[in-house]
Order: sequence, then C-alpha cells, then structure tokens
Amino acid sequence: MKFDRRLVSNFDWFLLLITIIIATIGIFNIYSATFAGKEPGGMPIYLKQICWIVVGIFVMFLSFCVDYRLLERFAYPLFTVAVLLLILVIPFGKSVSGSRRWLELGGFSLQPSEFFKIAIIFILSKYFSKYPNYNLGAIRGLLIPFLVLALPVVLVLLQPDLGTALIIILIFLSLLLFNGIKMKNILIMSSVFLAGLPLFWHYLKGYQKMRILTFVNPDLDPLGSGYHIIQSKIAIGSGAFWGKGFLKGTQSQLLFLPEQHTDFVFSVFAEEWGFLGSLVVVSLYLLVVLWGFRIASHSREGFCTFLTFGIVSMFFWQIFINIGMSLGIIPVVGVPLPLMSYGGSSTISFLLGIGLLINVSTRRFLF
Amino acid sequence: MLLYDKDNKREFKKKLFFSIVFAIVAFTIILSRLWYLQILQGKKFKSLSENNRIRIVKIPAPRGIIFDRKGKSLVDNYPSFDLSIIPEDVNDLESTIKELSGLLNVNADLFKAKLKEAQGNPPFKPIKVKTNLDYREVAIVETNKLYLPGITIEIEPKRLYIFDKLAAHLIGYMGKISESQLKTRSSDGYNMVDLIGKYGIEHDYESVLRGSNGGAQVEVDAVGRKVRVLRELEPNPGENIFLTIELDIQKLAEKGLADMIGTVIVMDPNNGEILALASSPSFNPNMFSLGISSKEWEALVTNPYNPLANKAIQGQYPPGSVYKIITAIAGLEEKVITPETVFYCDGSYRFGRRAYRCWQKKGHGSVNLHRALVESCDVYFYQVGQRLGVDRIAYYSSLFGLGKPTGISRTNEKRGLIPTSLWKLEALKSPWQEGETLSAAIGQGFVLVTPLQILNLMSSIATGGVLYRPQIVKKIESPGGDIIKEFFPEKMKKIPVSDNSIKLIKDALWGVVNERLGTGWRARIEGADVAGKTGTAQVVGLPKDSGNEYVPFEHRDHAWFSAFAPKDKPKVAIVVLLEHGGHGGNKAAQVARDILKGALKIINNDSASF
Repeated sequence: MKFDRRLVSNFDWFLLLITIIIATIGIFNIYSATFAGKEPGGMPIYLKQICWIVVGIFVMFLSFCVDYRLLERFAYPLFTVAVLLLILVIPFGKSVSGSRRWLELGGFSLQPSEFFKIAIIFILSKYFSKYPNYNLGAIRGLLIPFLVLALPVVLVLLQPDLGTALIIILIFLSLLLFNGIKMKNILIMSSVFLAGLPLFWHYLKGYQKMRILTFVNPDLDPLGSGYHIIQSKIAIGSGAFWGKGFLKGTQSQLLFLPEQHTDFVFSVFAEEWGFLGSLVVVSLYLLVVLWGFRIASHSREGFCTFLTFGIVSMFFWQIFINIGMSLGIIPVVGVPLPLMSYGGSSTISFLLGIGLLINVSTRRFLF
Repeated sequence: MLLYDKDNKREFKKKLFFSIVFAIVAFTIILSRLWYLQILQGKKFKSLSENNRIRIVKIPAPRGIIFDRKGKSLVDNYPSFDLSIIPEDVNDLESTIKELSGLLNVNADLFKAKLKEAQGNPPFKPIKVKTNLDYREVAIVETNKLYLPGITIEIEPKRLYIFDKLAAHLIGYMGKISESQLKTRSSDGYNMVDLIGKYGIEHDYESVLRGSNGGAQVEVDAVGRKVRVLRELEPNPGENIFLTIELDIQKLAEKGLADMIGTVIVMDPNNGEILALASSPSFNPNMFSLGISSKEWEALVTNPYNPLANKAIQGQYPPGSVYKIITAIAGLEEKVITPETVFYCDGSYRFGRRAYRCWQKKGHGSVNLHRALVESCDVYFYQVGQRLGVDRIAYYSSLFGLGKPTGISRTNEKRGLIPTSLWKLEALKSPWQEGETLSAAIGQGFVLVTPLQILNLMSSIATGGVLYRPQIVKKIESPGGDIIKEFFPEKMKKIPVSDNSIKLIKDALWGVVNERLGTGWRARIEGADVAGKTGTAQVVGLPKDSGNEYVPFEHRDHAWFSAFAPKDKPKVAIVVLLEHGGHGGNKAAQVARDILKGALKIINNDSASF
C-alpha cells in the first residue's frame, strides 16, 4: 500500500488521545485494586495490563493501516475463525471457577468470546449494508441475522458466560434497530423472546438465577451477590465528592469488593477519586461514544456506518452495564469495563475496535 | 460496494440522533445515581465504610445425626464454645493476647501461631484460636469482654461420637478438608476451615449429613460487637441417618473382640442388614474432631495392626476350612461326589512327591461328606478338589460372591482373590500346578477373602441360597422426621445350586457345632441350633507336629468362625476373624457363641425392630 500523507494530517488524534487517557487511568486503577491482595511471585497484574495495552495498541495500528474498503472482505473469514475458536473452548477450554471461557495458548489465555464481539459486528455490518432497508421482510430482516447469531450465543452461554452473551445480543439488537425494522417484525421478535424466556431461565445456572433474583430482591442472597452489591455501593458512596485518594480506598484495600480488578474496577475508582473523578471518567466514556456516533454519521459507505455504529454500541453497552452494576441499578453480570477492567482479550479487542473507528474516521477524507 | 442514497442517509442521520439522545440519557442516569450515592448518601456510606460495619457471620448448619436401627443416637452434635479473634477490631494485638493468655492460662505463643496460620484471610474474619472452652473459661472471657475488643466467643456445633471407639470403622470420622478436596468441591460451598467426612458413613454420606450453612449480614459497632442483624439466612440442618446397626449387639461385638486383633460382623441373613460391625484395633473418632495431634496421628499410622483399616471389608485372608463349604457344594453339583462317597484319611494324602497333611495328624479314618465337614477333614477335601480342578471351584466361589466387592461401601472395599488357572498364567506367568488345587480346596494357598464375603456366603447358606447385598443404612430422615429415603433389602440373586446340596451343607454345619466330634462345639448354645464352620488360615507354613512349642504371635494362624442360628429359621449370621488367633475352633468359636447368644436374646425380645 502506498503511503498517503493525508493519513497523518487527517489522523483522528482526538480519539487516540481519549483512549490513551482512559487506558492510563485504568492502569493506575488496576495498580490500586491489586495493591492489597498481591500474591507473591509472578508478574504484577498492572504490569501485565501494560503489556496487554502495548499489544493492543499494536493491533490497533494494524487495524488502522488496512484500507477500510478492504475490511469488508474480512467479514466472513473473521466470523468463521471466531466461531471455530468458540467451539474449541467447549472441549479444550480452561475451566476457572465453574466456567470454561479461556483457551490456553503457550502460556497465554485467550478468551475467544471477547473477539467474537468484533466478529459479529463485522458480519452483521456486511449483511445489513447489503440490505440497507428499514422495510425488510421477516426472512431477510430477521431470520437470517438471527440464525447467524444463534450458534455463537448458545456456545457462549454454554461456557457459561451470561455477560458476554448479553452484550452480543445487545449489539445485535442495536444494529437491527439501526438498520430499521418493521413494526410487525418487532412484534414477532418480542413474542419469540417472551416465549423463550422460561426455556432460557431453565438453562441458567443456579448462581445466575440467583443473581437476577437477588437484583430484584437483595434479601434472597444476603451472603453472596447481595453482599457484593452492598459492598460496592458502600465503596462508591463513601468516595463522596473528593474521594479517599489513590491507594486509600478502605473498601478496596481491605478487599471487601469481589473481583475488584475486573468486574468491580469502577467501584475501586469511584471510592478513591470520588464524584469528581467518576464524573471525569464517565464524561470521557461519553465522549468516546458521541465521537463514535459522529464518525458514523460522516462515513460514506454503508459497511463503515454499520461497523462504526456496531463498535460504538459495543462500547456503550459494556460501559453502561458495568457501571450500572457497580452502582446497583443493574443485576450483577460479569462484563468488563472498556480499558479499565484487567484482561488481555478484552483490552485487545477494545483497542482493535478503537483502531477501526480511527481507520474510518481518518479515511473519510480520502475518497 | 453499495453507496447509499439520500433517503437512506437521512434515515441514518435520524437514527443516529436518537442514538445520541439515548446515550446521553443513559449516561445521565449513571451520573445521577453517582450523585445520589456519593453526594446525597456519601456521609452515610462513609461511616459504614470507615467502621466496616457490615459483616458476614456464618451460621453453621448442624450435621445430621447418626442413629442405630432403633433410633438410639450413635453420633450427635454438641455446642462447642470457640474463642475467636478479629485482629482488625483489636487495638493492640500484643497486649490483648497477653491479657487473654493470662486469663485463660494458655501459652500466648499458641494464640500467635493460630493467628499466623490464618494470614491471608479476608479482613474482619474471626480467627479461631481456641476451641471447646469450658464454662469457667467462657465466663471469664464474657466478664472481661469490655476490655477485650475484637475477642468473641462463637458457638459452633461439634461432632460427638457418643460411644467413642464403638463402630468407629463404620461411622468414620471428620477431618479438615484437604486442598484437593477443596479444589473439587469449592462450588458446593466448602471453605478452608471446614471439616468434611473422611471415612466411613461420614465420608460416604457427606452430602446427606452436611446440610447447608446459613449466615447473617450483621452491623457491628466500632469494637466489633453485633448491633443488629440486617439480613439472615437460616442454616439447613443435615439429614439424619439411621443405620441397620443395633447398638446393643454392636456393644456385644466390641466386647467379644475386646483387645484382640480382628473383626466381628453380625448380619440378618434374611435381608443383608448388618446388625454389628467391629474391627480391632480401633480408633476414637472424637480425637479427629477435636483436632488430632501429630503424635496421635503418628501412633495410629505406625501401629502394625493398622487401626485405621476396616478389617471387615479391607482385610484379606485365606479362608481356611470355611472354604470347604464351597468345595463341598462344587463337588455335589458337579457330581464328582455323592453324600455317600467315602474317602479314607490316615492323617495325610500323598500327591506327587509331597504328603499333604490333615490337621488331625492321627487321621479321621473313613469319612463321608457330612463327617468331613463336621470334623473338617482336609484329606477328604484334597480329593474332592483334585477331582474338581481349580477352575470349577472358582466358578462356585464366584456364584457365592467371593472374589468381588460386596458393594457395601462406595470406598475401599477389597475384592479378595479366587485363583483360576488363567489368573495364575496372567498374573504370575506360570502354569497352574495340580498340587495348588489341593491347597485351594481347603482355602489355603492363593485364595483370599474378606470377612464380609465369608459372612455373605454363610448367610446365603442360611437362606437356602439367596444372596442379599450387605446393607448398613436403613433410612435417611429429614431433621423434621420425614423419611427422605428408605433402603430396602437388595436381593442380588438366587444362587443356582440345588436345594438338596444346600440342605446337606446346612445339616453338616449344624453338626460342626452340635455333634460330638464337631470342630465348632465351643459355639454350641442350648436350644439355639447354631450351624457354623471353623477355619484356620495359615500365616506361615509351620511344622504341624511342633507340639506345644512356643510360636511367636505374628506367626500364629488366623482363626475363623462363621455361623448362623437357628438352623431352620435363621435370624442371625455372624463371622469372627481373629488375626493370629490360633486354631479357629477355639477362640473364634467362643467369641461367636457369646455374641450369638446375646444377639438372639435381643432379637427375640424385640422382634418388631428386626
């Protein structure tokens, strides 16, 4: 590919900057979250996160370098590989506390479901850009995309990873609505959903049912997730306006929070940096989302519009569900907070997403 | 690639606008919630977090009680007062420990060691430093509580094995959960400090007995005292187990064994229910629940007579002459002998270049089957065995369940060994020698059985050929007394041998005990019609005519006696095995007699419970 100087002059520095700010805040926060529970030996978790971010930035630039008109061609192979990886998890996955989500790859653990989120955005964008009609019939508008979705979602639910499955479904619904859907199809979908609900409930694991029930009525599990929600609320609330200061959050430093470097990172942050800090982080996230929508509105081609919209909706739902859970307004589902939760696969796939956004954003002036 | 038209573009812009509104609304919800928690409620949460006022307190579930068949408790729980420290609540750990050790007269280092062990626990978790405080100690701590912030007394149900060593091998014991168990069972809610059934019923029925712990979310004050309970989850007590054991018969069995080494099992032959099972030497399960010291543990595992092994199902011994029952039935069924066949015994039988001796060195003279069993003539059975060959003997052994586990326990039951020519070729890589058939015919050589298998054999003779699976649990009840599961007799099979053969054997076994020259005469009980068989299992080949010469204990033969009574309407079957007990007709038959006599009396007095 011939290098085009406009790639530099039009580069989306703004998005890169916000991303790096958030990721940096994330590293400091993970440092604090793992400060107390440090296990002797091995690489500290915050250093691992730095490594992941470095790898992620590399992946981000790779995804930026490819001409976005070529990206569309990747949709099918990418999807196939992602589904294959999900299938491999079933027999070969590493089991951690009751769920099988990771593939061991020479010392590294890969979580295929995180990458699958990007893959599903690709394939749906390709599909919808072919049929960019809000008046599609039931078969093209609903059934085919639904079939594409069904197998991977079932695979993810089998792991079981309720959080990721939920995110995949939300991304799907967002793209579906964005493409436009007939009233009739909405009705069909909701009735299928309502009919499938009892069946779905039947297949939930005990602890997952408990989490949902506990959200509705915290008295049901005062020792498990009910306790986690309370401790998270205490952590966030006790941060008050100014926060308790870096490494000074009592809730987090005394390990009262469960999964405090992954699912509950936001509680750690809000405790130590207070409302002020939370306001900054939430605003940064809002900026990413709004900026993403801006890129979507400026992009010229169908595929890119959908791709951008899909990635933004992925960010949006993960942010909203994760923070909402920490605040006790959404049931406890394990969903990482973009660029703040520790995790190799999620960090890389979020940075990949950002890379794609920058790609579309920068190249819109080229043609 | 499809460029989209103006209409579509307008449509997308509209949707993007809605998306933006949606996102802003969502983020506003988050921010208002943050405002509510951090600004409006900030003070409240701050004070909650400063004192870490909300704690989880475990409410342990009482473990299921183990009863005998009549509902007398064998294992119960008692409240143990345990002293705990919550280091985070203590102002000055050093001086508090000093104070405490002075009050209770306990070495302070002990407390420190316990605290050190618990390093890495989640904060504000009570660390147990002393269990089983007596009332005086509890009173001392309670009166000084105000000066001892962070010290609490918790009441926890502890396991009590009421009769100490009684039926210890059957009931089993509890111990600290091991790391590997913790890994596989952590999803069942076990944690590091939990006890888990390690042996016997406690192990096999862990999930039934355990119940589920409850807990409470409590608010505590600044020194860790409970202010109020916020939410509570009641514990579910474990389910109760009723064994088939009868306490008084079990006591008789234990008494009969006394300090000898061996095992006694008593069974109801009509359904396979075990009425008593004792194995000696034994251990005291209470030792484990109180926390066994390394010295005590050492003593248990280095004892050469292996107190931790349940000899009834884990001990494998040559059956000796008890095995002649099998050889006799095989001979009759295969028609190599009739009841009238007579062999002559002059004290030994010459085969090949060797003389195979009879235990009675002056010989039995001409004997038929009945007399051969009654007087346990070896020479007779050498010849029956020789005519049968080892494989046919093995076939009849397996019909009676020898050589495979009886299925009484899910763990650790040994299978014994019934040799065949094929087995020897595969295991020892050498062909079967005919001389070995002679040894096998009288239950020596390669043949190995567990005492329970022999009892099974005797019971199936008693019932005319019906084999039941030995059973130790009668029913499981909920804490409220509802039956959750009842175990019914499991008839494994009707053994395919003729009634006539069984009847002949039965009569001969009666003769063993009740005829003038019967080897088991010491087991005779007036009016009870005991039928049984003696056995002697050689430990080392001793010169038979060594007379009264001193034989070191560990070289003495094992003594067997197995019987049932009354002969025609059997109510009870028994097996006694005494390691190094000498000749089976002596000590073992005597022990069996005393137990049988007592057991029959107990059964006849209360036949409704059996």
